[in-house]
Amino acid sequence: MIRVVLPTQVDSYTRGEREQEFAAGGLCTLADLMWQLEQRFPGIRFRLVDEQGAIRRHIAMFVGECMVHTLDAVISDNDRVQIVGALSGG
Amino acid sequence: MGTQTVLVGTRKGAWVLEGKGGRGTRELKGPMHLGSVVSHYVADPRKPSYQLMSVGSGHLGPSIFISCDAGVSWSEAPKPPAFAPVATETGEGRTVDHVFWLTPGHDSAPDVWYAGTSPQGLFRSDDAGNTWQEVTGLNHHADFYQWRGGDKDGTPDGPKLHSIIVDPSNYKHLIVGMSGGGIFESFDEGGTWKPLNKGVAMDFYPPKDDGSEYEYGHDPHCIVMHPLYNNRLYHQNHCGLYRMDRDVSDVWQRIGDNMPKDVGDIGFPILVHPTDPDCIWVFPMDGSGLWPRTSPDGKPAVYCSRDGGASFARQHNGFPTSQAWWTVKRQCMAVDGSSPASLFLGNTQGQVWASYDEGNNWQCLASDLPHIYSIEVVPGS
Repeated sequence: MIRVVLPTQVDSYTRGEREQEFAAGGLCTLADLMWQLEQRFPGIRFRLVDEQGAIRRHIAMFVGECMVHTLDAVISDNDRVQIVGALSGG
Repeated sequence: MGTQTVLVGTRKGAWVLEGKGGRGTRELKGPMHLGSVVSHYVADPRKPSYQLMSVGSGHLGPSIFISCDAGVSWSEAPKPPAFAPVATETGEGRTVDHVFWLTPGHDSAPDVWYAGTSPQGLFRSDDAGNTWQEVTGLNHHADFYQWRGGDKDGTPDGPKLHSIIVDPSNYKHLIVGMSGGGIFESFDEGGTWKPLNKGVAMDFYPPKDDGSEYEYGHDPHCIVMHPLYNNRLYHQNHCGLYRMDRDVSDVWQRIGDNMPKDVGDIGFPILVHPTDPDCIWVFPMDGSGLWPRTSPDGKPAVYCSRDGGASFARQHNGFPTSQAWWTVKRQCMAVDGSSPASLFLGNTQGQVWASYDEGNNWQCLASDLPHIYSIEVVPGS
């Protein structure tokens, strides 16, 4: 099982759900996970990933405690993926 | 005087001002999309109660929201503007940072909308704003990179495609402004494009050795076409204020030379009177030195010409008379269709001001909103 922790910024897509679990089978990378997330919460992927397939500039993603910078990052069973709104604003 | 509805887009969300002209009561409704940048909030003149809003979140990127009930409820466009995930002429994939401008299409095509983005791109929707496609004739034009420069060759918060004009007399005739590139037009609904910059100064580039003009690379701030007399164009540029009569010439004439020298002819917005093509309003800002883009000498004023730009009259009754360093952005002035026309402007201090007598007298309608990005009047309101 892969546990995903979501930021408040996507509340309107997740109806406020902050944690989700996905069966690890078939999920090899963050890219796979993003499509699973999209199936569960339509519209959310394009809010996290831009049209060139990059993680949006002010979104950060962690696998465990390691920040990852591309969707090629490998995930595996029992991983915890946390998506956060990067510190920014004003 | 009827009820007027003014749509206000800000850096932190959107509001609606409803009320009667004169000194009647007004109601400020909102916020909508609190915390998001609303670059443009536009009502559809073809469909009562239909509205589009450009909504951008710093974290979540750009999107477009649609309301069918005059802003009571909103749904997100299932496919907002996005560049194709293929390399462009520069070999780089481009990403929309924000949707800067929204324009309803021609009356004969009630589901068509156009959007301008930063970095600069033109998009079209044929289903009332739900799904958007690139106008490839422009975005992938062989000369587009030369026209627009790199994505960093533009205004401080990103070069913008703006002032999308659909000619009321010819739905195939489109004009757009690029804050890094100039003015371009198409006569085949976006299939092919040509520059429209003759006569426009470009003081921020060195003069060409052969003395000729630059064909592109200009910085138009706002372009308007008169809604009834479609041969009459005006535009406020980084380098002055211009007029063009297409039935006479395709060379811009610098009418800003007729502005007072101590005020100058630099600003962002420009309005044209709904029925009189010789009547325009501009809001000059200081373009000297470091380009502060604030009211010259801290004294805000609108300037009105009623003779096509041959002369200008200062209009400031009601505005602060000193130490008011306003910036008014290019979407932040609007005029309605009433007679006399009502004018509205919003500034970066979060104030909305109105004049119900064509600019002679002004009153503040709201004073504590966030930094204002756009002001539009609901047609017929």
